[in-house]
Amino acid sequence: MKLGLVIDLDVCVGCHACAVSCKQWNTSGTTGPLTDYQPYGEDPSGVWFNRIRHYEVGDYPHNKTINFPMSCMHCEQADCVDVCPTGASYKREEDGIVLIDQDKCMGCNYCSWACPYGARELDRESGVMKKCTLCVDRIYDENLAEIDRQPSCVITCPANARHFGDFDDPNSNVSQLTRERSGYQLMPELGYKPTNQYLPPRLTRPVPTDDVKKKSLISSIKEWTNKAIAR
Amino acid sequence: MSALPKFEPHSQQDVKATTCYMCACRCGIKVTVEDNQVRYIQGNRDHPVNKGVLCAKGNAGIMKQNSPAKLSTPLLRKPGTERGAGEFEPIPMAQALDILEARLRKIRATDPLKLAYFTGRDQMQALTGFWASQFGTLNWAAHGGFCSVNMAAGGLYTMGHAFWEFGDPDWERTKYFMLWGVADDHASNPIKIGLEKLKRNGGKFVAINPARTGYQAIADEWVGIKPGTDAMFALSMLHVLLKNDQFDWEFLIRYTNAPYLVVNTPGKKGHGLIARDSGGHPLVWDMEKDEAVDGTQADIMPALFYEGEVGVQPVKSVMVLLAETYLDAQYAPENAAQVCGVPAESIERMALEMAHVAFKESIEIDVPEGWTDWAGRKHYKFVGRPVSMHAMRGISAHSNGFQTCRAIHFLQIMLGSIDVPGGHLAKPPYPKHIPPAIKPAKHCAPNTPLQAPPLGFPTGPEDLVINADGSPKRIDKAYSWDAPMSNHGLMHMVITNAVKGDPYEIDTLMMFMANMAWNSSMNSAEMQQKLCTQTDDSDPAEPQYKIPFIVVSDAYHSEMVNYADLVIPDTTYLERYDTISMLDRPISEPHVAADSIRQPVITPERDVLAWQEVQLELGMRLGFPALVNEDGSRKFEGYQDFIVNWEKEPGIGFLAGWRLDEHGKETHLRGAPNPKQWERYAENGAFFEMELPAHMRYYRHANKDYLKFAKNAAWVGSTEQIVLELYSETQQRFKLAGQGLYDGPMPTQAHHKERLSTYFNPLPFYYKPIEQCRVDEVEYPFYAVTQRPMFMYHSWDSQNAWLRQICAQNFLYMNRARGESLGIVDESWCWVESHNGKIRVQVKLMEGCQPDTVWTWNAIAKRKGTWGLDEQANESNDAFLMNHLISELLPAQGDAEDKVTNSDPITGQAAWYDLKVKIYPADAGETGTWPTFPAIKPLPNAKPSPQILRYQTHEAVNLKRAFKDVLARGSVHDE
Repeated sequence: MKLGLVIDLDVCVGCHACAVSCKQWNTSGTTGPLTDYQPYGEDPSGVWFNRIRHYEVGDYPHNKTINFPMSCMHCEQADCVDVCPTGASYKREEDGIVLIDQDKCMGCNYCSWACPYGARELDRESGVMKKCTLCVDRIYDENLAEIDRQPSCVITCPANARHFGDFDDPNSNVSQLTRERSGYQLMPELGYKPTNQYLPPRLTRPVPTDDVKKKSLISSIKEWTNKAIAR
Repeated sequence: MSALPKFEPHSQQDVKATTCYMCACRCGIKVTVEDNQVRYIQGNRDHPVNKGVLCAKGNAGIMKQNSPAKLSTPLLRKPGTERGAGEFEPIPMAQALDILEARLRKIRATDPLKLAYFTGRDQMQALTGFWASQFGTLNWAAHGGFCSVNMAAGGLYTMGHAFWEFGDPDWERTKYFMLWGVADDHASNPIKIGLEKLKRNGGKFVAINPARTGYQAIADEWVGIKPGTDAMFALSMLHVLLKNDQFDWEFLIRYTNAPYLVVNTPGKKGHGLIARDSGGHPLVWDMEKDEAVDGTQADIMPALFYEGEVGVQPVKSVMVLLAETYLDAQYAPENAAQVCGVPAESIERMALEMAHVAFKESIEIDVPEGWTDWAGRKHYKFVGRPVSMHAMRGISAHSNGFQTCRAIHFLQIMLGSIDVPGGHLAKPPYPKHIPPAIKPAKHCAPNTPLQAPPLGFPTGPEDLVINADGSPKRIDKAYSWDAPMSNHGLMHMVITNAVKGDPYEIDTLMMFMANMAWNSSMNSAEMQQKLCTQTDDSDPAEPQYKIPFIVVSDAYHSEMVNYADLVIPDTTYLERYDTISMLDRPISEPHVAADSIRQPVITPERDVLAWQEVQLELGMRLGFPALVNEDGSRKFEGYQDFIVNWEKEPGIGFLAGWRLDEHGKETHLRGAPNPKQWERYAENGAFFEMELPAHMRYYRHANKDYLKFAKNAAWVGSTEQIVLELYSETQQRFKLAGQGLYDGPMPTQAHHKERLSTYFNPLPFYYKPIEQCRVDEVEYPFYAVTQRPMFMYHSWDSQNAWLRQICAQNFLYMNRARGESLGIVDESWCWVESHNGKIRVQVKLMEGCQPDTVWTWNAIAKRKGTWGLDEQANESNDAFLMNHLISELLPAQGDAEDKVTNSDPITGQAAWYDLKVKIYPADAGETGTWPTFPAIKPLPNAKPSPQILRYQTHEAVNLKRAFKDVLARGSVHDE
C-alpha cells in the first residue's frame, strides 16, 4: 500500500480546520503530547503536524489568494529517513507511512534539515522529533467505525478538500482524483517522490450572455406589453 | 502487516453527542471524554448542519474547555473599591443569587424599566425574551442590533425569510452563487460545504468584497468593491436586467406584489400606499375584466405594468414604479461604476450571466404526486432559477444596510430565484408572513408581565414604542423616531444612554455573554469610562455610579467582567443543558425542520451555574406567573423540567421533537409534553430532524400543503399565501410620517422628519453611508472595515491556546501600491485616525485589497490581564481594536443629529463599517499598539496560566520500530 493524501486547492478556503483537528487528535495520540510554548504568553507557538500557508500571486487587480496546507508528504525517497543516525525515522513497508520511533529519536534535527517540505517539528520539551503519522493510530483502529478510520484532517475538512487513500490502488479515490484532476506533486524536481498530491484549481466555466442580451435595449416602460399570465 | 499496539483506551472513554458553541453555527459534535477530560471532538456525521465536518474553532474546543480564564466562583465588587478596579471577593452562588433576587424584586415591584437586560452572543433569546416579558421590562434585547438586524429585517420585510439562519442557497442545485461582503463566520461549515458542492458541480462563484481572503480566495471572480456601495452595484445589475427585458414575469405576477396598484398622488396624504378595495384587499388591474380587482384572488389576469386610474385615484402598478426607478440613468453601469468602483463592463456582464443561468439553464423538478399551490391548484413540477446569494455583516454593518439588503433580494426576486430549485431557500420555521405578526410591547407596569414580547415587527408609526410626546420608552431608544424598525434593539446604545440618563436613568444593567467593555462596543475606551462614571454626589468611600448596579454573567474573564458589581459565572458549552429552539433560531436546513440540545459532557468542578438555570431560579423566586402556581409554589424543578413541560400554546414548547399525541405515543412538532424528551434527543445525537416531503420543498410561500403543515407546527399564523413584498408599504408609511402626510403618529423634530423622508423608501435605493456625509472625506480618504477570520470567533478565542497560535496579532492590511505611494513600508507602524480618535497599528501591504480600503481581523486584541493571557501577550501589545475609531454617535456637526446613534436610520443596526480614516507612518521609535490600558488585576482565585502546555488525556503509546528492521533497512534508497 502507498497511503497518502490528496489536497484540493480548488476548494481549500484556508480555514485551518485540518490543522487544529490534527492538533487535537495527535496531542493525545501516539506521538503526543504536541507541546505548546507560551500558550498564553508572547509569541505563542507549538508543535503542529499540519500548517496552512497563505500567499498571493499576481498584482492587484489580477491577484489571487492561495491557501496551501502542508504536512508530511510520506515521500517514497525520504531523505529524512536516510539521514537518521539512530534508525528512529523509518518508512513503513506495509503502507509507506513515514514515522519516528519516539524512543529511538535523540532529537538531532538532521531529518528536519533533510526535509524540503518543513514537515518535521522538534518537541523541545521531550527533545524528540515529531511529524504527521497519517493518524496511524486511527486508520487501523477497528474500534472505530470504518468511515472514521481516516486521518483526522480528512474527516474534519469542511470543504471536502482532503482525501485519504492508497495510491497503489488505481481504483482508489485518491488515484482517481489525481488522474481526473491532474494532481501534481510538490517540487518533484527535488526527487523525493512525495506521495501526497495536490489538485490545481479548476478552470472557470465561461457563462454565455449573448442569448440574454437584447440588441435594442429598453429605455422606457412604454416598450413593455403586458403578458397574459394568470395569477 | 505487523501488529499495532492498542493506542486508545476505548474502555475508559465515553462518547456523547452535543452541540458546538465555538461560534454561532450550531454544528453537531461527538465528544470523546476520558476521565472528565476531553479527548477528541468530532463533527457528527448525521447532523443536518455540519454533516460530520468541523471547523478550526470547533476542533479547538478542548482549549476552550481548559482555558485558564474560566471563572470559578461568583464575584462581588469589594465594598469601598471603585468599579473597574478589579477588586472582587469570591462569594458562594447561593449568596450571589440572593443579592440579585433582592435587587430585581425591588425593581420589579416599583418600576420594571429600571432593569436593562441585554444579552450577547447567546442563542437562547426565546428564553431570555420570555424572562424579560415575565419580569415586565421593555428594556431587553440581544446583540442583533450591532450584528445583523439589517439582514434579518431586510429579508423578513421582503420575502419572509432571510440569509443564514432563515435561509440558504440550494447548494445541491445552484449554478451561480454571489457572496456579498464578509461572511466567513456566518455561516461557518455550511458555506464551506456548499462552496465545494457548487464548484464540484461546475457552478460559478462570484465574491464581492473589498478584500480577497477567506472564501474569496476560491472565487471564480473577485469583485473588489468599495465598502458600503453594494446597493448601487445590485441596483445597477437590476437596471441591466430591465434594459434587457430579463426578469421572471410569471414569478412576479404570481408570487410578489409587483402587479399591485399604488396610489399616485404625490404630496398628498395616502400617496404611495397600496390601493385597496373596501375589504382592504390590494387591487390589481385585471386585463380580462379591464377593471381593478382584488389582487389576492386566484386565476385573475393582472397587468404587470399598469398606469391609470381606479375610481378617481391615479395609480401605478408596483412594477411601473420599479421600472421607472431603476431604468433611470443614475443606475446605468457607467454611472454606478463611479460609485462602487466596479467596472461598468463587469456590472453588465454579471447581470447578464445571472440572467443566462436563471432563464437558459432553468431547472425543472418533476413532482409526480403534484404540489398544491395556495389556491388549491395542482402542479407537477417545480421550476427553478439556479442563481443564489448570501450576504451577512459586510452588507449589514452599514447605515444603508437595510436598503442594500433589500436591493440584493430584489435581484433574487426579479430572477425568480426565491424558494425555487437552485435558488435561495427558506429554512423552517421560515418563511413567515411579511412581516411576522408580532408587534413590540409598548406598556409595562410593576409586577406585571408584558402583554407582548419586547421585540416585534412594526408596520407603521402606530407601532412605535414612544411616549405621547414622541420620546423613546426604551433605554436603547429602539422603536423610536431615531430608528423606527429596530427589531433587535440597540444594545450598542444602552451604556451611553443609561449614563446620560437619556431617556431616563436605570438601576441595574444585567448582561449575559456580551463584552460591552471591549470589542462589542463602539468607542471601547470611552465605554470603559462610562461604565465607571460616578454620580455628581458620589462618596469616594462608597462610590455611587450613574449605572448603579451592573450584573455580568460570563464563563470567562472577559473585559466586561472587570466592570461588574456582581459576576455570576456561567458554565462552558460542554457543561450545560441548552436548547436551540424552533421558537428562536433553530438548526433547520431548507428541507429539514430541525432543532437541537446541548447536554453536559464534562462535570464542572467550579461554583458555576448555567445562565439558563439562573434565569429559571430567579423567575421562580420572583413569582413570574408562567413559572409559579397561584399559591406561589414552583411549577418547575429547573431548566430541564421547564423545557419539557412549559408550553407556549397547547402542544408547542421549546423542543419540537418527541412530543406526545392524544394516545400518549411519541409524535413531532405539536404534542403534549413528554417526560422522556431529553432522553430522546440524547439518543438521537442531540438533535431532532424531520425531512419535508418532496412536494413541500419549494415555493413554500405559496405551497398550500407546506403552509398547512407550518401552521400546525405554529410556524405561521395562517395558511394564506405569503406575497413577497417588492414594494414595502411599511416603509412608505414611515416616509409619509416624515413628510407630514400620515394619518397617525408623526415626528415633531426636524431631523426626524428629514431622516424618515430621506432613508425610508418603499423601493430600495443607494445612499451614501451617513458617517461619510458628516466627515471630511478628503481628510479621511480610506474606508476602514473588519473581516472575520474563519479560525476565530470574535473575542471568544484569543484565550484559546491553539487558535491564538494561528493569529495572536492583527495587522492593518492595505493595498500594496497604494501604501507604497504614501511611503508606508510593509510591517511598519502607522497611525490611523478617524473623526473619533486615533490608534497605532502595524501595517501589512497586500494585493487583494481595494485601494481605498484598509481592513483588519476583528476582535483579536485584548486588554492586558484578561482572558487568562500574560501581560506580554501579543493581543495586548501588538494587536489593536478598530473600535476605538468608531463613535456610537454620529460625527458631530453641531446639529440635532449629533446625539443620534451611528446606526442604520431604519433598523438601528450599528454602522461599524461606515468608518473613514487617514493613515500615516508613525515616527521612528513609535512602535507597539496604542492606546494601551492598565493591566486588569487577576481575579482572586485565578491560577497562573502555564508557560508550557502538554495536553494529553492518556500517555502516548509509542509505535516502536523493531531493531531488526533498522538493521535490515538502513535507507529507503536501498532497493
